[in-house]
Amino acid sequence: MKFATPAGENPIDRLTVVGQPLRRIDGARKVSGTAPYAYERHDAVTDPAYGWIVGATIARGRVKRIDVAAALRAPGVLAALTTLDFGAFKPGFRTTLHLFGGAEIRHYHQAIALVVAETFEQARAAAHLISAEYESASPRCDLAREASNAEPTADRDGPDYPVVDRIGDFEAAFAAAPVTLDERYTTPDHTHAMMEPHATTAAWQGDKLTIWTSAQVVSWHRDSLAAALGIAKENLRVEAPFIGGGFGAKLLMRADALLASLGARVTRRPVKLTLQRPLIANGGTRRAGTIQRIRLGATRDGRLTAIGHHSLNGNLEGAFAEAAIAPTRLMYGAPNRDLSMTLATLDLAEGNDMRAPGEAPGLMAFEIAMDELAEKLGIDPVELRIRNDTQVDPRSPRRRFSGRHLVECLQVGAERFGWSRRHPAPGSMRDGRWLIGMGMAAGFRLNLLVPSGARIRLERDGRLTVETDMTDIGTGTYTILAQTAAEMMGVPADRVTVRLGDSSFPQSAGSGGQFGANNATSGLYAACLTLRDAVSARLGLDPGTAEFAGGDVISGDRRVPLAQAAEGGALVGDDQITYGDLDKEFVQATFGSQFAEIAVDQFTGEMRVRRMLAVIDAGRVLNPLTARSQAIGAMTMGVGSALMEALAVDKRYGFFVNHDLGGYEVPVHADIPRQDVVFLDHPDPVSSPMKAKGIGEIGLCGVAAAIANAVYNATGIRVRDYPITLDKLLDKMPRAA
Amino acid sequence: MDETNAFEVNRRKLMAGSAALATLNLPSGVEAQALDEEAPRVVVTFTINGHLQRLQLDTRVTLLDALREHLHLTGTKKGCDHGHCGACTVLANGIRINACLSLAVMHDSDEITTIEGLGRPGALHPMQAAFIEYDAFQCGYCTPGQICSAVALVDEVKRGVPSHATGDLTAPMTLSNVELRERMSGNICRCGAYSNIADAVSKVAGEML
Repeated sequence: MKFATPAGENPIDRLTVVGQPLRRIDGARKVSGTAPYAYERHDAVTDPAYGWIVGATIARGRVKRIDVAAALRAPGVLAALTTLDFGAFKPGFRTTLHLFGGAEIRHYHQAIALVVAETFEQARAAAHLISAEYESASPRCDLAREASNAEPTADRDGPDYPVVDRIGDFEAAFAAAPVTLDERYTTPDHTHAMMEPHATTAAWQGDKLTIWTSAQVVSWHRDSLAAALGIAKENLRVEAPFIGGGFGAKLLMRADALLASLGARVTRRPVKLTLQRPLIANGGTRRAGTIQRIRLGATRDGRLTAIGHHSLNGNLEGAFAEAAIAPTRLMYGAPNRDLSMTLATLDLAEGNDMRAPGEAPGLMAFEIAMDELAEKLGIDPVELRIRNDTQVDPRSPRRRFSGRHLVECLQVGAERFGWSRRHPAPGSMRDGRWLIGMGMAAGFRLNLLVPSGARIRLERDGRLTVETDMTDIGTGTYTILAQTAAEMMGVPADRVTVRLGDSSFPQSAGSGGQFGANNATSGLYAACLTLRDAVSARLGLDPGTAEFAGGDVISGDRRVPLAQAAEGGALVGDDQITYGDLDKEFVQATFGSQFAEIAVDQFTGEMRVRRMLAVIDAGRVLNPLTARSQAIGAMTMGVGSALMEALAVDKRYGFFVNHDLGGYEVPVHADIPRQDVVFLDHPDPVSSPMKAKGIGEIGLCGVAAAIANAVYNATGIRVRDYPITLDKLLDKMPRAA
Repeated sequence: MDETNAFEVNRRKLMAGSAALATLNLPSGVEAQALDEEAPRVVVTFTINGHLQRLQLDTRVTLLDALREHLHLTGTKKGCDHGHCGACTVLANGIRINACLSLAVMHDSDEITTIEGLGRPGALHPMQAAFIEYDAFQCGYCTPGQICSAVALVDEVKRGVPSHATGDLTAPMTLSNVELRERMSGNICRCGAYSNIADAVSKVAGEML
């Protein structure tokens, strides 16, 4: 089904199942520990050998020699493969990295060897007997120092934008503006820190390979691994029914999948292994740190006349820039604009996608700048944003937003949060020893349209089975697909079985870029339409008028149980959703407002977030229970970005020192207060037949800035260098009264 | 012989001493081994979820890997293998521990309860049911650890075990939101379900306390 014109009324609009807070249909398996993840496939693979990955201990250079003799003699060892045994394997999708093979080292903890042994303990012990000699070059890993070598760079995901994106005359407008701001902001490197490390079990049968792995997009992993191994896609099956979080890290194939496959081929045994937790920060991908300069010019009544936003960023040679300027293109109106990025070369883990890539770090900076401008203008920060709303793409004013309710997000948020109780003068609100601050920010993230397929089968017993290679990374995919099928076929959701994450099923959008839910349910919608036609044909009903409700098919004065259609054999609907130009004709995006209250200990600078609110405009909400969970999860990640998360670079050796969950601090229970989420009810008929939009990332956009602005409101200290840790406050804290 | 090997020899001599073994609670006859030596295997007998289990294990096998790899009880998760994340939380004689930081041989004759021992689909423990009701998880990988931790936490409060957040050590123990969050902070959830988890645990604790 090609979706090329806005959706009219359709069966989903009934909202008898879709839009209801159905509890997760996979919930019982997850809370009982019976949902199998990649390393746990005792059901599928008996007697696997165990792998252990050895990472490079230099950031840049070449491996001269790797000595595996002692490891090979160690008990239980079946094989020891080194990167020097192979030529460089072809990089996978959306990455420039050779995950294995060849002598070149491009970042610390790059995989250089694999030990396969009978047991986990034997593999680990033997790996420690491997020694490597390197020819080491001095690593480039200080972004500020490499700034002078940075080159202008395009946006990988916005190729239509000029490298230097100028509208009007920014310099003149900025010079003429009565109120201006010109500040620098830095955001650090982040690591995804999903709870399940990358892991793969691999088994060959002849020339056919099956991997059970932790993948957000099954087809990307299949294509990447098949290309690396030089095997036909048809000979590779990828299964990922349960995924322990990803946040972008598992969009891409990592060394675990490649090395498990190689290890299994060499040992002629199924092999399972994990990319050990301490290797992930340096050996995986990161959200790349930025240094951003923001210049704003405004009239005295708070209309932006000039927006300048430059972001400096560093990555491996050939890799791309973190598009921190992306939200600035579309968030606020201003006739004069100058947006650009430069990219330096850094020998650190590859900068790549992490939840809300571009938007997250961009808004961390930009939404502080807006708070600063509001204060300069003496205008309430909520009001400043409302005054600068735009209903059109500033670059192409005839291109409207398909649906944009940012102003409503701001107004509803201010009302629900009790924003009027905020005192704009910093340090004015107290609770005993605590200084209290309230802050807010706006959020923005594009809605992406990606083709997605699914198959639905009406079984002879009247049940429905949905099959697609779509994944559920915690987002609730199992449940919303069951809801979609149930709504379309007019049955309760408990009559639907959903099977996911298998490359032998129809190819879907996968999970990432907050494009999963809307596209995958739309693909299933298309498959359901074909099944409805098949059912009508089998029952001799007019497909044009047949309605599916209450377990029956109704046409004219006939009412036939749906199950009856399959009595003579199962019926299948198999289709995909593809899209026309509606995302070019309209800007499709999601919006949000974020509000936070923080308490700062006036003596120690300790910060405690006291409450948070998000108001989100993301089209139709398919399941308010699971959607809310995504929002509070994103808000939690935003607390991390604001107050604690940063990969610390050892600039001598070029690696992230805090490369585990002890050193890289993420929010824990004690850090997270009550969180409230409001979803505005604005189905978007331009986005898809589901009228939904992305939800996984908008909840993160603006959170960190809202907290940063709250810290400022509490203390009067403006920190423009994330994360806001108490050492950045202590020597500037206001005197205790 | 280089320094590393010398260290290995010394460590072995040290650990072979009976005093060291007693301190480490290792079965007698166990010696630490060098990386390139065959590891000793010992018999461990413990009760897992009510069933007596007898395993012959490499002494290096953690309780976590004994559960996951030898008994195929994969509900207990390995998130970091370093005691940082809490995904491997199980109950040992009713006390919550990180199974990754504990060698299996240290649990001879212990009673271990894992997520599989709390309940199963169709017969869930009230805490498991509450996690579903409040959508207190997303990816599900930290969830068994969170639930085991929460079950143990309720018991700790019953027994009057104080925490860092306990204000008055002489007053009857209650499970305030701050107390709950402090006590659950050893269990990381990167999906960020914390406020839903707090709601789920509060509900169950309210019924059990």
